Amino acid sequence: MNIVVCVKQTVDTAAVISVEGGMVSWGDTPLVLNPWDEFAVEEGLRIREAHGGTVTALTVGKESAQEALRSALAMGADEALLIKDDGLSGADSLVISAVLAGAVQKLGDVDLVLFGREAVDSNAGVLSAQVARRLHWPSLPLVACISALDPASKSLDVERMLDQGRQHVRASLPAVISVVKEINEPRYASFIGIRKASRVDIPVWGVDDLGVPVPDPGVAWLTVENAPQQDVACEFIEAPDEVAAARALVARLREEKVL
Amino acid sequence: MTARLLVYLDHLEGTITSASWEALGAGKALAEELQVALEAVVVGDDCMAAAEAAASLGVGLVRAASHPGLKDFHACAYADVLAPLAEGAEAVIFPDNGRTRELAAILAVDLEAGLIPDVIALSVEEGTILARRAIYSGKVHSSVRSSGKKPILLTLRNRAFPALKEGSSAGKVETLEVADPDADVEVLGYERTTAGVSLADAAVIVAGGRGVTGNVNLEPPGELSSPEEIEAWKAAAAFAQLQELADALGAALGATRAVVDAGYIEYAHQIGQTGKVVTPDLYFAFGISGAIQHLAGIRSARTVVAVNKDPEAPIFRSARFGIIGDMHRVVPALLDALKE
Repeated sequence: MNIVVCVKQTVDTAAVISVEGGMVSWGDTPLVLNPWDEFAVEEGLRIREAHGGTVTALTVGKESAQEALRSALAMGADEALLIKDDGLSGADSLVISAVLAGAVQKLGDVDLVLFGREAVDSNAGVLSAQVARRLHWPSLPLVACISALDPASKSLDVERMLDQGRQHVRASLPAVISVVKEINEPRYASFIGIRKASRVDIPVWGVDDLGVPVPDPGVAWLTVENAPQQDVACEFIEAPDEVAAARALVARLREEKVL
Repeated sequence: MTARLLVYLDHLEGTITSASWEALGAGKALAEELQVALEAVVVGDDCMAAAEAAASLGVGLVRAASHPGLKDFHACAYADVLAPLAEGAEAVIFPDNGRTRELAAILAVDLEAGLIPDVIALSVEEGTILARRAIYSGKVHSSVRSSGKKPILLTLRNRAFPALKEGSSAGKVETLEVADPDADVEVLGYERTTAGVSLADAAVIVAGGRGVTGNVNLEPPGELSSPEEIEAWKAAAAFAQLQELADALGAALGATRAVVDAGYIEYAHQIGQTGKVVTPDLYFAFGISGAIQHLAGIRSARTVVAVNKDPEAPIFRSARFGIIGDMHRVVPALLDALKE
């Protein structure tokens, strides 16, 4: 099984985010491997451990995005590849999906592409389906469990977590899946893993090296601003005990017509 | 072909979802402002009734694409149906959920069109649709439009737009001829997991955090010895009571990451940065301290009620009403008070 895990470098979820001078700022909080992508890397490693093969971490970004790839390598990925985003400013999912699909094609002989469900910065979660469509491979987003995988017959059964329930789906390999948090518990990188990852020479490709046409973006980003602060002052319900407090709260909620 | 705007109507077993009526409401407002025709489409194995329901509310033209092979949702097959209709439209609007986001993503590739997912507000400026979406889990809002490519694909967040309730004149329903769908994914089965109200649609949410394990007045059965077992047992009892309160309020049940990670409740209930972002009118936070990642998920809640023993809990800074007290006493008292 040759597995590609598509990852992104993002801010940590605990970072304090604000908009300054028309740009999103996170102070000096270090950037990390997108937390959702850890589940994808972990699942790739588990499949490799069960069936053999290789796990390659892939990202599109600046030179500094190599750090996210090193996090994946430290967890146990075999190889990493950075596609430099020179000339891709203002790229949307249409553009990035074309670049990722081009990279998977150029890598060749890939059986499975894994994504985390979404990036914690852009919150879009559409790339896995778009890369699948570009490669003409089955698209399986929001996978909570790989229930069967048979590399010999190239067959894959998964459970997808949809809004109201679970869908059991069968597809053939190669395929593209995105995983949700329920699927596994990502391992921590070992000290040896981190040391090994720091020494890996990560190959860097340009978009031109892919030999695929990259479309113009379909979306134009205009402005960003801080989300409006809800200016709420908490009205504490004062009462001698919880029973009286509950009664007073229900009365207030009814008065305010929120109940 | 006249300028038009297309709304995709999502349905569950033939019943149009509430979010689809919101998409129609938003679509109608946009179509009027852009002075273009409003069209809608339903895809499934038998969608005549759903199409007629939409047409009766004044949607000019509703297309029903029925085929036995489209019974199960299959994004690629559905995109094949939508592509010819979407071509040339100003915009295609979807209610947002896991299924429709995949469908819109695939359609965007087929049409080489821009996709703006999870839109929270829409406006028109100089004949162009402007969309607002929340990024960084709601901490930042970004304003986005089409780069000029047509159509622009939009998925709309649930409960962010008023639903289409009534129309002036009944529209037309047209049956769409569908070729045998080409499915590369075989659906083996589907099971509903969330009994009751889904978090995305909920007007009221009752949620529990770490406080669920702290009921000092509950005597665990003797066979439980380890503190972990006792905490899990207490948490289960507390969530059963929160579920009872949720049922009384017609609410959905939510939880924080801490209690999901501890295994006290399924991930499907998790609200926050790595769970669901919700938009209820009323949010009850029981025993939730208010970590920044959790608050990111409830930013759009209209009224937050917090119950916590700790008066310093950050959740109170986001709450409209607060009770400083033991959730395990407040929840049963609330159940009684609601009956009065």
